Amino acid sequence: MPKARLTREQIAERAALELPDGAYVNLGWGIPNLIAAYVPSQVTVYFHSENGILGMGPRAKPGEEDFDLVDAMKVPVTLLPGGSYFSQDDAHVMTRGGHLDICILGGLQVSEHGDLANWRIPGAKGAGGIGGAMDISVGAQKLIVTMEHTAKDGSPKIVKTCSYPLTAIDCVDTIITDLAVIDVTPEGLVLREVAPGFTPEEVQKFTEPKLRYSTNVPAMRLQPR
Amino acid sequence: MTSKEKVYPTIDAAVADIPDGATIMFGGFGGAGFPNNLIQALARQGARNLSVISNNCGTGEGELGLLFKNRQIRRVVAAFPGPGAKYFQEQFDAGEIELELVPQGILCERMRAFGAGIPAFFSPVGVGTEIASGKEERVIRGKRYILEQALGADYAFIRAYRADHMGNLIYHKAARNFNPIMATAAKFTIAEVEEIVGTGKLDPEAIITPSIFVDRIVQAEGKRYA
Repeated sequence: MPKARLTREQIAERAALELPDGAYVNLGWGIPNLIAAYVPSQVTVYFHSENGILGMGPRAKPGEEDFDLVDAMKVPVTLLPGGSYFSQDDAHVMTRGGHLDICILGGLQVSEHGDLANWRIPGAKGAGGIGGAMDISVGAQKLIVTMEHTAKDGSPKIVKTCSYPLTAIDCVDTIITDLAVIDVTPEGLVLREVAPGFTPEEVQKFTEPKLRYSTNVPAMRLQPR
Repeated sequence: MTSKEKVYPTIDAAVADIPDGATIMFGGFGGAGFPNNLIQALARQGARNLSVISNNCGTGEGELGLLFKNRQIRRVVAAFPGPGAKYFQEQFDAGEIELELVPQGILCERMRAFGAGIPAFFSPVGVGTEIASGKEERVIRGKRYILEQALGADYAFIRAYRADHMGNLIYHKAARNFNPIMATAAKFTIAEVEEIVGTGKLDPEAIITPSIFVDRIVQAEGKRYA
């Protein structure tokens, strides 16, 4: 029986620890969308939505929804004190212009050079859709990708070269998966943390490019409960 | 000086002259800020062979879905057609509709450039991806950029919260989204609004779209959301 990897919620929980106090943050679809629930209580961050919201608050309570106030996934949300509304072009002045401190997106593949593919699986039916992912990837001061370490068929999602259509090149700073925290550096991929119960050698087996790591790689930090 | 009356008596009158083959921008994102009254009027009016510019391609029969269902659309420029865009996806898979997929922020910026009289601009978005295919690439101060063309239209169909009789507009929360940009990038901008007030009744500091960008105003009647 294979060892238990982290759940999607635990990946989100670990990713939330990367958010510094005061940061302006955009969260993408998938696992990133779970992260807001795990922001540590001593940290204040300001969420950006590409449809023109800064200072976005939690999901609206049932019965209190305003469908003119939705996030990029169409979910009715709220606005925190100090929040603001603006047009979609100003929202992307913020993304592309490098004004967001941290953006966290889902991924289909990340290459050892930090290239990201996250918008279309080759051969999939339908037209696909880019949305704001390309603008966000190019402009983020720091781009974190959260995803499962391997695809459903067991193949690595961290690869030497992406075979899926690219979102942006040379854009990813850190990858957080159900097995590891990995930094993309000019010298290559550096294994910063491994999931509890896993060894660096085991993580390497699920990763196509070579990982660099020291003799003592700590376990992934999860928040005290 | 006499001023042209911009307030139209009915939704149908506001779209009566849209010709076959027109290029039309549609505001809206995530269900908010769609000109659903104008879309339904255009479905009744029946113009065909349309080119549309919109973030997405409708949800079921809602929003632009109705115009796809009626097969009034031939070509689309969009950032995220959307899994719920049933009629678009069927016609796309059948090869009946032409699609230009554009990163969302670049879609905005191409319209903004058109409205501002900028014919094209260099952008870092999409460098090294399929979006860069066929576009001029240039290195500026050590970084790679691709040339993006300005994007204009014959008409913009937009949704606003409140207008005055001159066509100044304010919006409501995140229903603003693409609407103000599109208003600047079309030859004729048609705004459906929840309320029309007398000229001078809007706070000039709060006006988001100044009247110069708006040609027709009409009172929205039906549902705000599709």
